[in-house]
Amino acid sequence: MIKDIYDAVIEMEQERVESLVKEEIAAGGDVSKILNEGLIAAMDEVGRLFAEGEFFVPEMLQAAHAMKAGLDVLKPHLAKGDSGNKGTIVIGTVKGDLHDIGKNLVAMMLEGAGFQVIDLGVDVDADKFLAAAAEKQADIICMSALLTTTMPGMEALIKTVREQGLSYKTMVGGAPVTPAYARKIGADGYGEDAPGAVETARGLLSA
Amino acid sequence: MVIVGELINASRKVIGPVIEAQDAEAIKKVALDEHEAGADYIDVNAGIFVGKEGDYLEWLVKTVQSAVDGPCCIDSPDPKAIEKALAVHKGVAMINSISLENARYEALLPLVAGTDLKIVALCMSDEGMPQTAEARVKIADKLIEGLTRKNVPLENIYVDPLVQPVSTDGRFGSEFLDAIQLIMTRFQGVHTMCGLSNISFGLPGRKYLNTVFATMAISRGLDGLIIDPLDRNMMAGLIAAETLAGRDDYCMRYLKAYRANKFVF
Repeated sequence: MIKDIYDAVIEMEQERVESLVKEEIAAGGDVSKILNEGLIAAMDEVGRLFAEGEFFVPEMLQAAHAMKAGLDVLKPHLAKGDSGNKGTIVIGTVKGDLHDIGKNLVAMMLEGAGFQVIDLGVDVDADKFLAAAAEKQADIICMSALLTTTMPGMEALIKTVREQGLSYKTMVGGAPVTPAYARKIGADGYGEDAPGAVETARGLLSA
Repeated sequence: MVIVGELINASRKVIGPVIEAQDAEAIKKVALDEHEAGADYIDVNAGIFVGKEGDYLEWLVKTVQSAVDGPCCIDSPDPKAIEKALAVHKGVAMINSISLENARYEALLPLVAGTDLKIVALCMSDEGMPQTAEARVKIADKLIEGLTRKNVPLENIYVDPLVQPVSTDGRFGSEFLDAIQLIMTRFQGVHTMCGLSNISFGLPGRKYLNTVFATMAISRGLDGLIIDPLDRNMMAGLIAAETLAGRDDYCMRYLKAYRANKFVF
């Protein structure tokens, strides 16, 4: 039952998610339903619980691990038809900045929402962002900065994207980054926290 | 125990606008409250004001020291901004911070070389954030070596081993605590210093976690903290922890704090 998969993700039970997904596939269940109504829908609920202060970071992490384990079981079956990919996102912490905890949480939740996420790590310069975005045919470039001194790196990259007429949407986030700052530097989106980033990314790709 | 009062930080929603409006009375009040609550240094941070950081830091130092007879901790990665603040600072300031990130290291080292300034040495390098105790000690070693070679006395160095959230990796707390102990044993005479709020990121009841973590770190040798000195539970915890860790002769500071009602909440 897909509802059981959904519940097992929210209950953060990795092994149960794996075995339930296996069972469902063996029983001839619809793989895209397992993905969308089971795994991804459960992560949306986890994101909602987090945003409401019912779930905390370690619970979000553990649920995401459970979801990912289910996704790994599902992947070989997905490849045949619907790849399940909701869009491709290149993510990283900008040049000169080594903070990765928030960025990692965002990357994890984006994966949990079905996006293909290419995580470039920390201290990523504009060229590296652009090269990876071109290579992976990314839909969104997602930048994180935790220092007021490194925030201008986001603005520079967005400017380059605009000037070169590239089609990537841009998203920014990080403790000192505000929605006002995101608007000022011309970012297409802003992520308040990990579930917020998922919502923003979906909005950008459905527009 | 060296206490740095962290409240005058521009990234705090109540402080940023006060700095921008140059409201000296409001800054003086916070500084005085921190000082009276036991802060040895008053941290000043104007990091959000790109381009104006130096001017604001200069103003903050002057304003704080017009109300409080004590030193400031100048919280900036920018040597030019720090120099502006130092030019008006009375007494011996603390600088927060140098790190092993190449650009920051090269920029800050000449500023403290041969001076009697106190310097916070943050365990971060271009290779990223250290995860283990050993990785932290390795960076601390290089920072201490580099600073002392430039005639910064060991006892003026406050190593910050970098607190990371226990919510994202359960080992982050214990790796930090091990690092404190290793640094304090291996480099006799050096100090350690840290902020606490990172430890509890992503978890509820953060104040409680922060206080308990501080007392655990004190038991391993930590002797400096950047905190909100108006947090009475925290301050009481620190006093008790130092006494219990054997760093309070005849329990005198504990008894004094008790008689001053520091343990009545």
